[in-house]
Amino acid sequence: MAVGPASLARPAPVAGRPFTLKRVLEREGVFSWLMLTPGVLFLLAFVAYPFFYGMVLSLQDRKVAQHGVFVGLANFALLTQDAVFWQVTRNTFVYTAVATALKMAGGLALALVMNQQFRGKNLARAFLLLPFIVPTVLSTVAWMWILDPTFSVINWTLVHTGLIRENFSWLGNATLAMVSIIGVNTWRGLPFYGITLLAGLQTISPDLYEAAAIDGASITQRFWHITMPLIKPVLIIVTMFSVIFTFSDFQLPFILTHGGPANATHLFATYAFEIGTTAGQLGMGAAVALAMLPALALLIVGLTLYLRRD
Amino acid sequence: MVGGRGLGGRTLRLYLPLAFFLVAMLFPFYWMAITSIKPNRELYNAKIMPLIVHQPILKHYVDLLEQTNFLTWTYNTLLVAVVTTVISLVIGTMMAYPLARLNFPGAAVVAIGVAATYLVPQPLLFIPMSDIINTLDLGNTLTAVMLTYPTLLIPFCAWLLMGYFKSVPRELEEAARIDGASRFQAMTRVILPLCTPGLLSAGIFAFTLAQNEFLYALIFLTTSEVRTVPVGAITELIRGDVFYWGQLMAAALLGSIPVALIYSFFVEHYVAGLTAGAVKN
Repeated sequence: MAVGPASLARPAPVAGRPFTLKRVLEREGVFSWLMLTPGVLFLLAFVAYPFFYGMVLSLQDRKVAQHGVFVGLANFALLTQDAVFWQVTRNTFVYTAVATALKMAGGLALALVMNQQFRGKNLARAFLLLPFIVPTVLSTVAWMWILDPTFSVINWTLVHTGLIRENFSWLGNATLAMVSIIGVNTWRGLPFYGITLLAGLQTISPDLYEAAAIDGASITQRFWHITMPLIKPVLIIVTMFSVIFTFSDFQLPFILTHGGPANATHLFATYAFEIGTTAGQLGMGAAVALAMLPALALLIVGLTLYLRRD
Repeated sequence: MVGGRGLGGRTLRLYLPLAFFLVAMLFPFYWMAITSIKPNRELYNAKIMPLIVHQPILKHYVDLLEQTNFLTWTYNTLLVAVVTTVISLVIGTMMAYPLARLNFPGAAVVAIGVAATYLVPQPLLFIPMSDIINTLDLGNTLTAVMLTYPTLLIPFCAWLLMGYFKSVPRELEEAARIDGASRFQAMTRVILPLCTPGLLSAGIFAFTLAQNEFLYALIFLTTSEVRTVPVGAITELIRGDVFYWGQLMAAALLGSIPVALIYSFFVEHYVAGLTAGAVKN
């Protein structure tokens, strides 16, 4: 664009095209790989290498600042006999399933509410996304105080409205602690579902609803036969993204409960941290982290293929 | 979505649920704010009605700034976020451009690799990564997090930008090439300016991701002077069983301000970035 007429008047290339560096650099393959190389090398060194190095570590008895000893699958064999590991597995699946269901249902409701016309809609959308923007650790600290055993504002409200008689120990009781981390995860993730699904809803032509209404379709029928099929692709992508990052969640349970009480809210990531980092057993920690891999691999491959469809 | 008519129907369909969502989503921030200005005698008195502040004070803010390294943490957080965002935008652009617009051997493999690395969650990598950082002797330096954050940000930027680059008509580049522009010039002078919204989206998103990062910062940054806000707050304002709630909430609020501010300026771009992956035209 910034090229003037002078360059247009350049003599046509001589037959046989001289082999110059400039010309080589202009070749599609050469140029592409020159641009890609820094990023590809970086990702190989700091994602692919750690990934495979983690697999190597998981086959070693390796304590921090010591040399590793190859032990084959012994770490994994030990894990299968570790009752806490199975509890962690169950916790992670419960956490992921319940939180995802809540975020999906709540997010869809939020999107449907927001898909109506009203004044201040953009402002409302900006505010509703705040939980998703604010650093997780900082908002989770606020939740910790909201769920404090003695000074919980939720308890205060429930007691003063007469709904409960005694304070709930939100983070001290095994079931309530799971309820709490699921609740906070839902709070943080719901706006992501809501706003993304809203964008999906906005692509649906109002004509479709009008036509269906004329044909006598009820609201419920219109929802199941127009809305749902049309936002299904968005819903699938959002859900798969969210499942991957909920399944491997670390920050939220680490801050809110530290996996307690009595491992009731330990997830794979927090348990791997406790063994690998706090206790310094790198090999065993890497094995716990890798236990996430089968489920994650399915999701990652599925989503990668889905994103690259067409 | 036509339900009942008139104000009654609208209240039921719109105002009530909207009010519910707004209160549910924003209450924790209100709670953060009022806790940070309550004197301790109000904070730790279960008899007092907690939903409002009776005698607001700024003591927790003063203590936070005077007794902790909060300003240093803020500086560290912002420095790391800005540096890693810039690095990731540049490298992400360099990867996304050829992947989106050129044909070359290996393109499909790299594109799948970028998508897969974007989806590989951090907890799968942090243990080997901590060993690598130790081996490189980078423990307890900001370099450690500046080196590791881009593993999260580059694939994201590249993926997002690919979508934007694909949306620019090919003719524009071809015209520039015919006019004698090199491939690099066609990219930097024709395509990138047209994709400014995409670059903004990717940049803002990367910035919020960098501010949100916790795991690597927690593992790598072990002395107060190099910590980021999230790590500093939870390691130094929670000492054993003692929680400095007033200061914690002040730190949470102040720590959220940079991200909230940038977000408020570019909210449209943020939403566009958020939905770009999920919604295809």
